[in-house]
Amino acid sequence: MVTKKLTPTAVRRREFLAGAAMLLFSATRVRAVTISGHLPWTPNAGSPPSKIKLGPWEFFTGEEGRAIEAIADCVIPPDPETPGGREAGCAVFIDRQLAGPYGRQDGLYIRPPFLKGTKSQGSQSEAGPAQKYREAFAALDRACKSNYSGKAFADLSAAEQDTVLKGLESGDLKLDGADGKAFFEQVIKDIQMGFFADPIYGGNRDMVAWKMIGYPGARYNYLDWVNRHNERFPLPPVSMTGRAEWTSQAR
Amino acid sequence: MDVAGPVKSHMPRKLPKKDVVIIGFGWTGAIMANELTDEGLDVIALERGPWRDAPTDFPPGYMQDELRYRVRHELFLRPDQMTFTFRNKIDQTALPIRSWGAFMPPNGVGGGGVHWNAEMWRFLPSDFVLKTHLTERYGKDFLPEDMTIQDWGITYDELEPHYDRFEYLCGTSGTAGNLNGKIMEGGNPFEGPRSRPYPTPAQAQPFSHTLFGKAARELGYRPFPQPSGNLSQAYTNPLGLQMGPCTYCGFCEWFGCSNYSKASPQTTILPYLIRKPNFSARDHSEVVKINVDRSGKHATGVTFVDTSGEEWEQPADLVILSAFSLFNVQLLLHSKIGMPYDPASNTGVIGRNYTHQTISTVNGFFDHKKFNFNPFIASGAIGMCIDEFNGDNFDHGPHGFVGGGYVGQVQTGARPIESTLTPPGTPRWGAAWKSAVRDNYLSTVKPGTGVHGSSYAYRDVYLGLDPTYKDRFGRPLMQITMDLHDNEVKQNRFLTDKFAEIIKAMGADHIAKYYRAAPYDITQYQTTHVNGGAIMGTDPMTSALNRYLQSWDMPNLFVLGASAFPQNAGYNPTLTVGALAYWAAAAIRDKYLKNPGRLIDA
Repeated sequence: MVTKKLTPTAVRRREFLAGAAMLLFSATRVRAVTISGHLPWTPNAGSPPSKIKLGPWEFFTGEEGRAIEAIADCVIPPDPETPGGREAGCAVFIDRQLAGPYGRQDGLYIRPPFLKGTKSQGSQSEAGPAQKYREAFAALDRACKSNYSGKAFADLSAAEQDTVLKGLESGDLKLDGADGKAFFEQVIKDIQMGFFADPIYGGNRDMVAWKMIGYPGARYNYLDWVNRHNERFPLPPVSMTGRAEWTSQAR
Repeated sequence: MDVAGPVKSHMPRKLPKKDVVIIGFGWTGAIMANELTDEGLDVIALERGPWRDAPTDFPPGYMQDELRYRVRHELFLRPDQMTFTFRNKIDQTALPIRSWGAFMPPNGVGGGGVHWNAEMWRFLPSDFVLKTHLTERYGKDFLPEDMTIQDWGITYDELEPHYDRFEYLCGTSGTAGNLNGKIMEGGNPFEGPRSRPYPTPAQAQPFSHTLFGKAARELGYRPFPQPSGNLSQAYTNPLGLQMGPCTYCGFCEWFGCSNYSKASPQTTILPYLIRKPNFSARDHSEVVKINVDRSGKHATGVTFVDTSGEEWEQPADLVILSAFSLFNVQLLLHSKIGMPYDPASNTGVIGRNYTHQTISTVNGFFDHKKFNFNPFIASGAIGMCIDEFNGDNFDHGPHGFVGGGYVGQVQTGARPIESTLTPPGTPRWGAAWKSAVRDNYLSTVKPGTGVHGSSYAYRDVYLGLDPTYKDRFGRPLMQITMDLHDNEVKQNRFLTDKFAEIIKAMGADHIAKYYRAAPYDITQYQTTHVNGGAIMGTDPMTSALNRYLQSWDMPNLFVLGASAFPQNAGYNPTLTVGALAYWAAAAIRDKYLKNPGRLIDA
């Protein structure tokens, strides 16, 4: 399979086609009602997901954006069959997640005091993912520039980038002002999550990850297939917005 | 997000009195509402979260969203609405659960019944008389000194008609293993006698589940299909509600069913109940207190807060506490009903015998050139299981522990964020990771909760109120003190090793075993089967409720749900939770309403 390169022109065109802001977890207040006599149903009361808006970074700075795209390609390198993390949109996925409720820890319990606990008690940090990313990128930038004669992470060679990430993974490379190992764990989790989530969130563009593994996507009925053992399911994936060929994303 | 705001007024507005107020509108609240409205009582159910139903909240167009529903917990309670503090040991400082991990509290109409997997297990007859049974068979010295297991105060035979009722309400798909004492081929030979076959036949089994059954049989076990509330065929339940056959989409747990195929209050009770003139429900209304009269022995109703922050009082003659297990205990503590448990003196009842489940798993990696499991084809309660190592189905004498669980290939789908696994030793990122993910996705067996072990009670595992952290109403959070004890660690090693032998025998090239190890970790999801804290029993000194789930302290208060379990068996709890709700409802209908008062003399 040949995947077409995502050209800058295509990206710009897609900016204009972007949907509304993300409604997910939006703080709509719903009033309590008394329900009797019949099931409550009103038209358009559901909250379907919104497609992320393509375009400039919403959370990352330009430098952070270059770094996260470089990391995305280290974690998921491009190969002849499947694009890498950058082209699949994993950096965009993380950017939009950090700019949204997830980045702000919406819905989590963030009352003080913030005490240090045991590992089994879970994170007790006041800082949410957005703040942690910001601090870690600043620290990573300082570490790269001091170790690699002034170069930012994105400007290192692929081998040097891998060395830096391996250092964070093992804990051998300590960051000043951030927990490098924790950042590494977070960033590979987020990149891989973006790769496999529905393309509506910005990663897994054109369902490249789902095609790669053979996951048929947002389908709803395998009744004809449950008893067909050890046969490859023949249909290509669909996403929540359908197939790329059917939608405005088609290129 | 729908969060009740801070309380606006301290003069609650008083609503007209009802016969019955139900706190929490999930499975048990819906069952009880339907039973008591049948008696002609005027019933209102109050629910903290929103009303939820398939056409609006989980339609087939966008329900298959792993990020939204699984990873970001769309259908669950938010910790900023209510959470708990946690510590392993009494001498530690408990800290808040800031983001859900080990379990996921539900929210909204239907409760956990909306987004469960719908496993429909009965407990074993010996589970209900656990203390007596184990003491008789092994002697009391065989049990750890600090283990505080108890008998339930009821027997399997007493509960059987109620198990049957709940199974038929839900249309449960399964193969009977013990029909009126006769062992049936293909079912679970260890189950207690059932009075009728399952209402619908077992679900079809995909490739890997079938392969597990075959391997288990060849090893000498007697595998059987997991009983499922996702139906194998269309079904009309006793209330006249119709369910469609499951389409094996693989989006059950964490998700709502768009297809009316999964048993839930929405599919089996609510459309019938809501049409009764003597029933009403109120959503977005969080009960903050059960009110008590001056005698301290009679509940007068409840106080609740709605989403605009308005405080209301709902008086009622009978109060049914049917929230999620932990919230039941919390509301009792906040309402100062029953004596709080004190582990130092081993006195008090509210918070006693808190338990969870002892879960582990084994993943199997198969040759992708020979095996294609299409693992995304599944349902939440599909699978082949064995019960040889559950409860006391085997001689524990040589092993030095008690308890057990079922093990099985119960894979519920292969949603790709969570189901892209690689064999042990594969790098976690980079080109080698990418190609390993590509090669293994379709040929990996990932049972999830493959080892489903019991969790027995201990003196130092309990619930109380936290001295430091507060909820958004300014009340203390409830505090969980919980650790894994040696008995459960040994049980889990034994079961996990047995399970791994079967996965290996299926033909896996590589296996990855994940034992459950101490300390108990609040960040690692096991199941949402948290139990106890307001347990049923025979002695008011060691139980909060009598055998009818009636408060010993307050006869017009019944507390439903898994908070009543004295300890947890090696099964999913919901069928027992529902059966106990029918059992309590029968006691109210047949006994309590004729003569309101204590149903058992202490």
